[in-house]
Amino acid sequence: MCGIVGLLVKKPELRASLGELMVPMLLGMSERGPDSAGVAVFGEALPNGDRRYSLYSDRESFDWKALLEKFQVQSDPAANIHIHSNQAVLLTQTGSNVVKSWLKTAYPDLYLLSVGRAIDLYKDAGSPAKIVDRYQLAALQGSHVVAHTRMATESAVTPDRAHPFTAGEDFCLVHNGSLSNPYSIRRQLEPRGIHFDTDNDTEAACRFLEWRMQAGDDLKTALQSSFTELDGFYTFLIGTQTQLALVRDAFACKPAVVAETDDYVAIASEFRSLAHLPEVNQAEIFEPAPEEIYLWTA
Amino acid sequence: MDGVMAKSTCFDLKQTPLRQVNQFLHHQVNPADSVTILNPDGAHNLAVGLDLPIAVEIHGHAGYYAAGMNKQARVIIHGNVGTGVAENMMSGRVQVKGFASASAGASAHGGLLVIDGDAGLRCGISLKGGDIVVGGSVGSFTAFMAQAGRIVVCGNAGDAIGDSLYEAVLYVRGEIKSLGADAQFEPMAEADYATVADLLDKAGFSHDPQEFKRIASAKQLYHWNVDANQEY
Repeated sequence: MCGIVGLLVKKPELRASLGELMVPMLLGMSERGPDSAGVAVFGEALPNGDRRYSLYSDRESFDWKALLEKFQVQSDPAANIHIHSNQAVLLTQTGSNVVKSWLKTAYPDLYLLSVGRAIDLYKDAGSPAKIVDRYQLAALQGSHVVAHTRMATESAVTPDRAHPFTAGEDFCLVHNGSLSNPYSIRRQLEPRGIHFDTDNDTEAACRFLEWRMQAGDDLKTALQSSFTELDGFYTFLIGTQTQLALVRDAFACKPAVVAETDDYVAIASEFRSLAHLPEVNQAEIFEPAPEEIYLWTA
Repeated sequence: MDGVMAKSTCFDLKQTPLRQVNQFLHHQVNPADSVTILNPDGAHNLAVGLDLPIAVEIHGHAGYYAAGMNKQARVIIHGNVGTGVAENMMSGRVQVKGFASASAGASAHGGLLVIDGDAGLRCGISLKGGDIVVGGSVGSFTAFMAQAGRIVVCGNAGDAIGDSLYEAVLYVRGEIKSLGADAQFEPMAEADYATVADLLDKAGFSHDPQEFKRIASAKQLYHWNVDANQEY
């Protein structure tokens, strides 16, 4: 099954309540995805040159302050860190290749969940309610959010196989469905130097689309190619620094409902995750058609 | 009614658990009673398995399988519905005032399903004798493997309508993106115009039956044809 959730607020004054609006949406999808959950939130972009790195440790007692001190000494004295239990966001001007190889050497057990100027990522195994509490997701602020509740079918239940998946910078994807050609996608990308972190089918879709965009496609063109290149069942929700995109495969077995008002566009697998939203009864409500590309800009 | 007055009851799903409402609908109603349900908020399995001629009105958007397995009851949903509205209906009438998601009226054996708005994909999949009237358009794979019953579509139809049809008959007023395997257009006979007029009347739509096209099975899939090389 799995549940997908997306929310983009159109008015700057609503950015402070993004998490508060999103949490009931995510919890509403708990039955569709009880084993893991995750949220990618896009906030105000850092100045070019600065990056945010969402890091995950499987130990709640992980000493993030020690990591920051070590990083400040060895790389960037101006670096900072925001700690949320076993997740932390490292902010630095150090180039991403240096940061990545430093992390790999100094902290090989940490997971790098996302990199970008605007994206923060939280994901973990466990019930959505537990994850909402652990990372205090109701406090999230930003312009748009891409979230997921997982009922695993294609790979094991582990934090790194939870959605959203990320690739490159400020790019994430969540998926309801299952792909039948993730390995051929992988064999297409790996010889080009694209590294995979897991054996999950969704990661293949995420890396494929981000690779298309690196190659010069805009998001719409990249998504158009997914209709011919990605085989299987999918409803995808994709987040970039400025956009939210939604697509369903030709058979559209995996559901999605959109509710749009002057204030927000909200997306979920089912209406029950949208029912609490303000003015939802006045919203334009529709189901996305198969093989149509829906794009919203923050 | 043996002197018993029909009663009306109202439930607010924000106050009363869904299971309690369904148990009431199964065990505590008499013929001609009416029940109103407020704030469905997309809940699944609303008013399923009804088995008496009662009237149920749901105000708001319902989730999956709304009014599924209906027998005799008249159910109106003043909103949209999720997957499988009136699936496996045996008799009665279910009306959706908004749009319906996928698999509306799946496997319905009898009764009438009316959707005022659009229906999603696979509307009337495996239909077994029920009737469906859609005021708007239908998505792809409408009436996939439908065995008996009629579907009237006042708007357009998506891809592969009537794929692998058996004896169900479809009438479409608007444009048809593509026919499914073994589905074909057939001339409208007097009986077809009468059928469409009757179903439109029952559903409360006022289109001219002359505007509808008939789609039925070419029956080429009924027997295995080795020379067809899987191409139909």
